[in-house]
Amino acid sequence: MTGQASSGAAPMLVLDDVTAGYGDFQALFGVSLDVKAGEAVAVIGPNGAGKSTLMRAISGMILLKGGTVVMEGQRLSEVAPHKIVEMGIAHVPENRRLFPRMSVEENLRVGSFAPPFRAKYADRLEFVYTLFPRMKERRNQLAGTMSGGEQQMCAIGRALMSDPKILLMDEPSAGLAPVIVQQVFELIRKIRADGLTVLIVEQNVQQVLKVVDRAYLLEAGTIRHSGLAADLLGSEDIRRAYIGV
Amino acid sequence: METFFDNLFSVFFIETLLNGLLYGGVLALLSLGLNLIFGVIDVVWICYAELVMLGMYAVYFAHNVYGLPMLPACAVAILAVALLGYILHRVVIAHVLGKAPINQLLATGGVLFFLQSIATLIFGVEFLSVGVSLGSFQITEDIYVSKSQLVAFIIAAVTVLGMYLFLSRSYMGAAIRAISQDREIMILMGVDANRLYGITSAIGGGLAGLAACLLALQFDVHPFVGISFGPLVFMICVMGGLGNLVGGFIAAFVFAQLIATGSYFADLEWGAVLAFCVFVIAMFIRPEGLFARKS
Repeated sequence: MTGQASSGAAPMLVLDDVTAGYGDFQALFGVSLDVKAGEAVAVIGPNGAGKSTLMRAISGMILLKGGTVVMEGQRLSEVAPHKIVEMGIAHVPENRRLFPRMSVEENLRVGSFAPPFRAKYADRLEFVYTLFPRMKERRNQLAGTMSGGEQQMCAIGRALMSDPKILLMDEPSAGLAPVIVQQVFELIRKIRADGLTVLIVEQNVQQVLKVVDRAYLLEAGTIRHSGLAADLLGSEDIRRAYIGV
Repeated sequence: METFFDNLFSVFFIETLLNGLLYGGVLALLSLGLNLIFGVIDVVWICYAELVMLGMYAVYFAHNVYGLPMLPACAVAILAVALLGYILHRVVIAHVLGKAPINQLLATGGVLFFLQSIATLIFGVEFLSVGVSLGSFQITEDIYVSKSQLVAFIIAAVTVLGMYLFLSRSYMGAAIRAISQDREIMILMGVDANRLYGITSAIGGGLAGLAACLLALQFDVHPFVGISFGPLVFMICVMGGLGNLVGGFIAAFVFAQLIATGSYFADLEWGAVLAFCVFVIAMFIRPEGLFARKS
């Protein structure tokens, strides 16, 4: 709903002709995409298509080799990589990457590290605990000792501590039991309902297309296809290649 | 056997244990600095004790040569070694990050010899004494403890506690612990890893500087003074599980007691022999350290 409301406005996040990789290995070959405020957008595609690289290039974990990423009119290449989170971009990394020997609450606290976020720490903690009551119960438990689903909640919570404008999620359902996967997608719906803009990378194509507005199909580092989620869900090609029915 | 039990229940033995406890405080402080650096940056500062040695010279020069009162002289030494720690990171460590451990060992080992040689060149080999004597403190009729040891213990204990609170309560402390668990994603938390490494190195240096102040109250300074506690501190950290602050803390007191007790029943040197034997045996049993985390 929120997606349609602001669809006329300039996109929040714009990638233009992005190339990136690791050392000599190039993973992205001129990727362009955009996400409007309030939208949820998915990037789908096979293993090794460059989906995670795309997320890393946006959040500053790797430097671009070419092209631009613009957040609300600001080119991210002009911002120090560790300041990108202060632009309102939070990234839930692949495999959650919690600090295993720190408690849930300490993990969330690190999410508030950047000085502008510290003043809001108490409010954000309250927000995350309201969203995930389970995290409040587990707040003193070491993050590494929790189940995969709980760890995913904690990782999303940690990203939400910065009160982001856009949340990047890299394979949030990977490695989780089917019943937990359902919960994760339920969570994404909930986060969307709060009006947060979401860019999500997923292997679980059928599920993710049900919670997003639009999707891009990334193959071998290039965008092959894009469209409304509902259309892609109905497309024969996509169904055959990625959903397997 | 009679003498053994006489020895065991003598007041001098109690005094020995007490001295071991007090010495343990300083060792705990020393191992905290080295462990913090290793835990966060994943490089062992083999030259850590040489930073302490330079700190002792800083105390000596500030107090005895430039005539500063003891407390400001200590402040100067702490700041100087903190700066030195930062410089060491920027000039040497930053270039061997992520390299093979042997390269890191050679680099910091090279710094060790460099600092020893530079100190010999500049300060000469004579033993210099800060010459501050605090006297001793009578606990019971027969038991005395040296006040400088007591002061060193109290300051070390307060500092270790302060570091614990810093690491567990502050944003910076949480980030320092977090970066030791996952460096790559710290950028997503808004943390500039290089800056945090610099800060951690300065804190580690500052702890070495503080330890230097406490040691200068008890020992003369000379270019090779680091040898008398450097290997010991390194072993304490390994025994406690490198990077494990709590393990290092416990191991510091265990080693201090071993040395004190060994010295009591035999000669001073036997204390160190006993401690090192225990270390070697412990390494056979648990090479990863007695308190190492299961990963």
